[in-house]
Amino acid sequence: MESKKKHKTSIAEKKSEVVGKLKEFGTKVYGQLDNGEFPTIAMPSRSTENINYDPIARQYILGDKNVSRSARNIRHVKPFTQLTWAAMFSNELTTQRKTSTLRDVYYSAQAYEMTFTDQQESNNIITDLETLTGFAREDFNIFPEERSAIFGDLTIGYTVPGYEGKTLNLTSHPDGVLIGPALTSAELVSTKADKVIAIEKGALFTRFIEENVHNKHNALLISTSGQAPRQTRSFIRRLNKELNLPVYIFTDGDPWGMHIAMVIISGSANAAHLRELNTPDAKWSGVWASDIVDYKLPTDPLDEVDIKRLYELQKDPRYQNDPLWQREIKTFLKIKRKAEQEAFSRYGLTYIVDEYLPTKLKET
Amino acid sequence: MAQTFEEISASDFFYRNRDIAGFTNPSRAIFAAIRELVENSLDAAESGKITPDIYVRLSFEGEATKETQIYKLRVEDNGCGIQPKFIPSAFGQVLYGSKYKLKQMRGTFGLGGKMAVLYGQITTHQPAFVTSSTGTAKIYQFKLMMDIQRNRPIVLDRKVQINKEQWHGTIVEFTLEGDYLRAMPKIIEYFKQTAMVNPYANLTFVDPKGRLYKFVRGTTKMPEPPKETLPHPYGVDVELLQRLIQITADKNMLDFLRHHFHRVGQITAQKFLDFAALSPSKNPKRLSHEEIVRLMQNLKKFREFLPPDASCLSPLGEELLKAGIEKELKPEYLVVHQRKPSTYAGHPFIIEMGIAYGGEIPKRGSFIIYRFANRIPLLYDEASDVSYKVITSMNWRRYKVSPDMPIGIVVHICSTKVPYKTVGKEFIADRPEVRREIANAIREIGRELQHFLSRQEHVHMEKRRLGVFSKYLPKIAQFSSTLAGKQKLPDIERLLKSVQKYGIEEEA
Repeated sequence: MESKKKHKTSIAEKKSEVVGKLKEFGTKVYGQLDNGEFPTIAMPSRSTENINYDPIARQYILGDKNVSRSARNIRHVKPFTQLTWAAMFSNELTTQRKTSTLRDVYYSAQAYEMTFTDQQESNNIITDLETLTGFAREDFNIFPEERSAIFGDLTIGYTVPGYEGKTLNLTSHPDGVLIGPALTSAELVSTKADKVIAIEKGALFTRFIEENVHNKHNALLISTSGQAPRQTRSFIRRLNKELNLPVYIFTDGDPWGMHIAMVIISGSANAAHLRELNTPDAKWSGVWASDIVDYKLPTDPLDEVDIKRLYELQKDPRYQNDPLWQREIKTFLKIKRKAEQEAFSRYGLTYIVDEYLPTKLKET
Repeated sequence: MAQTFEEISASDFFYRNRDIAGFTNPSRAIFAAIRELVENSLDAAESGKITPDIYVRLSFEGEATKETQIYKLRVEDNGCGIQPKFIPSAFGQVLYGSKYKLKQMRGTFGLGGKMAVLYGQITTHQPAFVTSSTGTAKIYQFKLMMDIQRNRPIVLDRKVQINKEQWHGTIVEFTLEGDYLRAMPKIIEYFKQTAMVNPYANLTFVDPKGRLYKFVRGTTKMPEPPKETLPHPYGVDVELLQRLIQITADKNMLDFLRHHFHRVGQITAQKFLDFAALSPSKNPKRLSHEEIVRLMQNLKKFREFLPPDASCLSPLGEELLKAGIEKELKPEYLVVHQRKPSTYAGHPFIIEMGIAYGGEIPKRGSFIIYRFANRIPLLYDEASDVSYKVITSMNWRRYKVSPDMPIGIVVHICSTKVPYKTVGKEFIADRPEVRREIANAIREIGRELQHFLSRQEHVHMEKRRLGVFSKYLPKIAQFSSTLAGKQKLPDIERLLKSVQKYGIEEEA
């Protein structure tokens, strides 16, 4: 229970850090205006040439290039205003412990006569705010619409208003529990699990629960629903870092599934301005190209975009760390076939749980 | 095989060739009839220095064919009137007119009014009624027809009334066949454009449906009337020389040149006679035919004649042109320019142009061109006109102007002899001298328009700039105050002022 205490402080500390950063920004702008200056801020550039792969952090990070935004510039004054508004709005959300979504941000702005031209514009401003403060939007209580789910023996302690002090064990609902703001802001109280299994597809996640995988393998199960949302990636990282649980990722046996695993492990270029979203020690456990061969899985041929994607991934710096990736890419290119996770059903409904999974967990 | 040559009269000629005078078809004919009479009326008022009041009424009389109707046309003016002895010939004899002297007049062929009456007679077989007074105690009323073969007026009736109110003017009324519905757009456009280039005239038109179109004068100022001039040496031909020699009373070449040519004095005449190797004392009546031809050629070659002066021209002038365009187009911006007098083939001419932007001018995707010659609107064959060619071949981008802007361009040429391409007087021939003057005028007004547009763009940009800052800076102030937890808003007035001051400086 030593870890529990540590984590409680971590959530609270982080919240006050976030609020502090936002206030700092507001105070700076206020001061500049009051001095009769056009407010100006600088932040790291997110242009492609400033995104570098950091082999030590094992993720993309932003380089030294800064951009400045000045309200003196006629083209900047609107985005600058939007950024100030977003900071104020985020501050309200965080201090009042309310949550919002990107869509909600877009509409809320209209109440302040701060219309965004479109969703993309408002999303960009939120990304600016992330870059400026170094915190992810989830830390400002702004969440995406997309949700994924978790199931397993983990007890959490809520911090959201009205639920403070309440706890929940994540086996309580057989469909799993949504990985939403209430969950990601919760303290991790206790777990008997000794690993995390992240699964690309919701159907397989449900099958795993039905097949009692969480007990058989003593695992927390997570459905990523395709490409894992940032809050899910961040939660996986917490499970890994705070609870020291190894993470295994199961995806379809194709370049896209492979990359879903990679983003959980090494993050994405889009989030290069943010840290602590990735889990460098997580493992991709399958379905590998070599599994397709070894298990004689039913397959489909790779189509053109698949092959193009494989060549892209081959050059991607994230794929240079571990010989596993290069080997699997080569195998894919050699066999020119792909297989879905469900392909194991040809050996019966429980084969994947009883035979394949244990082997792969051991293997990785 | 024997051929029969038959001499035909001028009226017979135009009866057979009415196309060349603009009476091509029923819709064109009704337009031409109105136009010719209105122009006569304008001339009649202007030559008496009277601000014109012209009333035109076209009334439906009955069906003629499937497509044409019989109309009665009545045109009234307050001009100087016609002396009774000239009335029958003025309306009943083709090529009889007061327009063969050298000064700028609207008509040039002495055809217009008569053609209208002639056309009316041949289509409806009805007489024309002409009422006129020069402001004397009497008003004369004639009932006329034309003997087309003999080109003679036939007076059917003549009445005299007492002119109690000292009325002066002319009223012409006759019936003609035509197609008003098809002619209507051109007729209305004609009145509008006539009002534009005659801003001192009141024009009233009542159409067959009883609709009233009124164009009210915007000024009572009138342009200086043109003075009659002698022919310029560059413009003469052998025929004219022979006529002058016939009528002259001068006994020697020196006097002959001095008295019969425009801007030729003692010194110029002497220099020219040296140049042409003619004795100053030679009697012009003794010149042989060959000598006359050589004289004509030398007159054209001699470089030292002064250019014709423009006293025989009556341009509208920048002020009146401006008033006219302002009144009829209601633009946001207008610039006009009058070129200095120039000549082509010995005929003086002046180009006046205006360019109007914005306001009530519609966007058409191309410039709207208003063409005028001696204060007559030219409404047909735009693409054949020299001004159209010059305007469309201009590099407008240099002036930051594009054809999709709401722009109207007005071109007015006045000359003792407008270089029309046809008797229908619809477009100006492509003479290099005319082309050059139009191009120069466009450059002049183009530059002015460009200044206006960039000034406007600048003001617009500054306004927008200020608008953006005054929209957003207060918000930044508000949001940052809330964020920083401050009660008092920061003072952003200084910042807004700095944006504003910057703007005014740049504008100046």
